Amino acid sequence: MALLEVTDVHTYYGNIHALKGISISVAEGEIVSLIGGNGAGKTTTLRTISGLLRPQHGSVTLNGEDLHQYKAHQLVSKGIAMVPEGRGVFARLSVAENLEMGAYHRNDKDGIADDLKRAYALFPRLDERKTQVAGTLSGGEQQMLAMARAMMSRPTLLLLDEPSMGLAPVLVELIFSTIADINKEGTTILLVEQNAHMALQVAHRGYVLQTGEIVLQDSAKNLQRNAMVQKAYLGID
Amino acid sequence: MAQLDVRDAIRKGLLAGVIALGLSVIGMVEAFDQRDVITDVFSLGQLLLFAAPAVVGFLVVKGRDIRAYGPALISGALAGVFAAIPIFLLLMLTLIYPGLRAQLVNVSPTLIGILTFGSGQIVGGLLLTAVMGVLGLVGATTHVIPDRISDPLVLGVGWTLLIGVLSEVLLNILRPLLPRGVLRFLFGTKGITLVTAVILLVLITVGIAWWRAQGRERYQKRIAARSAVQVANARRTSLGAGLLLLLVLPFILGTYLTEVVDNVGLYVLMGLGLNIVVGFAGLLDLGYVAFFAIGAYMMGILTSQGDLGVGGISFWLALPICVATSTIAGIILGTPVLRMRGDYLAIVTLGFGEIIRVLATSDLLKPVIGGAQGILQIPKPEIFGFTILQPQHFYYVILASVFLALFISSRLRDSRLGRQWMSLREDEDVAEAMGIHLVKTKLLAFGIGAAFSGLAGAIFAARLSSIFPHSFNLLISINVLSLIIVGGMGSLPGVVVGALVLVGLPELLREFAEYRLLLYGALLIAMMLRKPDGLWPSPVRRRELKAEEQEKLMMQAEGLE
Ligand SMILES: Nc1ncnc2c1ncn2[C@@H]1O[C@H](COP(=O)(O)OP(=O)(O)O)[C@@H](O)[C@H]1O
Ligand SMILES: [Mg+2]
Repeated sequence: MALLEVTDVHTYYGNIHALKGISISVAEGEIVSLIGGNGAGKTTTLRTISGLLRPQHGSVTLNGEDLHQYKAHQLVSKGIAMVPEGRGVFARLSVAENLEMGAYHRNDKDGIADDLKRAYALFPRLDERKTQVAGTLSGGEQQMLAMARAMMSRPTLLLLDEPSMGLAPVLVELIFSTIADINKEGTTILLVEQNAHMALQVAHRGYVLQTGEIVLQDSAKNLQRNAMVQKAYLGID
Repeated sequence: MAQLDVRDAIRKGLLAGVIALGLSVIGMVEAFDQRDVITDVFSLGQLLLFAAPAVVGFLVVKGRDIRAYGPALISGALAGVFAAIPIFLLLMLTLIYPGLRAQLVNVSPTLIGILTFGSGQIVGGLLLTAVMGVLGLVGATTHVIPDRISDPLVLGVGWTLLIGVLSEVLLNILRPLLPRGVLRFLFGTKGITLVTAVILLVLITVGIAWWRAQGRERYQKRIAARSAVQVANARRTSLGAGLLLLLVLPFILGTYLTEVVDNVGLYVLMGLGLNIVVGFAGLLDLGYVAFFAIGAYMMGILTSQGDLGVGGISFWLALPICVATSTIAGIILGTPVLRMRGDYLAIVTLGFGEIIRVLATSDLLKPVIGGAQGILQIPKPEIFGFTILQPQHFYYVILASVFLALFISSRLRDSRLGRQWMSLREDEDVAEAMGIHLVKTKLLAFGIGAAFSGLAGAIFAARLSSIFPHSFNLLISINVLSLIIVGGMGSLPGVVVGALVLVGLPELLREFAEYRLLLYGALLIAMMLRKPDGLWPSPVRRRELKAEEQEKLMMQAEGLE
């Protein structure tokens, strides 16, 4: 059984039918990427999984447990962490304070200290900027901080919403290699991206989302070779 | 560089003059003339009037790096003279058009007397211009003579004047301690005597000069040479001394001043509560007075021995009930505004505050809470057979409450809940994505904040023995919010400092009462310009503002590339 199982989910914004029956499954230890253009419903999918939006129909389960019995704030302790689109760091707090915030619901001081060390090891740049105010970090550094903070809650499933958005190519490489590192250390990742090229390089499997529907799903290798994907998302004719 | 900028001097001078004119025609100068700074020599009104040319004389030279005597003194004097012109014109206008008072009610013969030193409009007006010119010159002179002389002198004058202004407070404190003859020598009828002023000026100036010259160095050497144990001891001693001082304060201050301190204390209590809502959680609440009112009315209903009292129970039993009621009211009023943010939240809470006030005056609730007549005959609290009657007694009740509130606030700030509030304040969306329960977090802020205010209201009711709905107006919410802003958002010492400045000072200078809002406005504008993070900012907030500057600099740097 997969870790995360999204089955036939329909989500609405008022009258707008944003997700029209989506099914996704993510097995433990995988990186799965969800690619699609602007407005395809990628963010909506993640918000539905993390409980910030309620689907009209369909189910989301983690380890077989139905997630919709929980409120959004309870899901963090169930092991789901989300890094929202556009980074979302506490701009006026320092890097260290942002990270501490990520562990706010935990009580184990030693564990938190360990995780802080781990976070700084994953993102050495943050280590150099512990006391800097997050708002003054560069875009890439803010993305790293948001990811590091999400890791502070020790998630089993990490949801990333367009981590490469607006970043310089060098930083995109760095972010994606860190995503692979995080995954190697045992965290399952669902990655939402418009940058299909990078997303499919690091992912094991992928889904293609178009106007609220999954139109394609396959291993990342096959998707990279798929003519439709090449044309629409990889810019290859 | 060392040039004379005539236009600048004239412009700033005129600006100062308009301010002096404004203070005169709104009646402030006349009202403040009632209080002498130096008996029969110099009144507070005159201080207000003549501060303008002296300050502007100082300012026109400041930062212009005029080292040469000539240009500096000329610009100072010029600015001073021009600071007199608006008032001079007013004086001339009163000559041409004697009916002016019909339009400007405050332009009374008394005011004209003050402005002209009692020597008629023309002679007096010229005299005033001359005096202001000289004051401008004096202001400018401080830049020309070496700092080591001018700094102590300026500070000496400043402190002497401040002591003069607050002479009533000093007199109150010293009266029981010193023999009458000495007091009569030191204090005049309405201020310090000229002799005292001169002595103070000399002592303070020489003292500061000595301190600057060598005292500070010696002191720092001694501090640096201390061992860790000595440092710890010194800290413990000063802490103990501070606590002791707080405990004996009512005996030093006497009844009137203790009452002022009591008032400050109640505002500190409310400030600490609102600080949780606004400072910690970032929820702008403008209806905060509602909980103060609820606490007060609850105390009235539960303990009053009049017709409206239902409980007749003791103050101490009623106190927790009042706090609980306010907390519940905080949560109830918080629930409908959970989805609102920023300005909308402010508007809705403003409405709630008004609803409570209207309800209090309404006929609907008159049988329960007395309508406009309020609730009377609220008994003074008793403890072990001792009745808490005097302001000095209430002082200890309030002091204990403030300490409790300070303790709770500081523990909350550093707790998990405090962090949740902080993340809520920083970014609601990120907080939610991080798994923070927004509803619970917000309601806890509203509830705990309301509890402090309810406590203040309950004590307030018992202290006054009666409550009337007009005591619970919007102005209280504004006062409390202002004191938090002035003290520094989210800072606990800031709340105390803010309450002392915004509540304590105006009470000491009762002439201010009428101009209180003017003072608030001026102070808030000055704060936004000079010290936007408050008088005693919290570390986070201080850094935030620095970060914004940094960001601006970074953006400018990027723009240049
Ligand atoms: N808060 C909202 N209210 C109404 N419609 C929304 C809202 N958020 C997103 N949508 C709509 O839902 C669709 C999917 O949006 P989204 O999930 O943000 O796309 P993506 O993240 O793939 O760019 C879009 O058509 C968008 O306009
Ligand atoms: Mg999106």
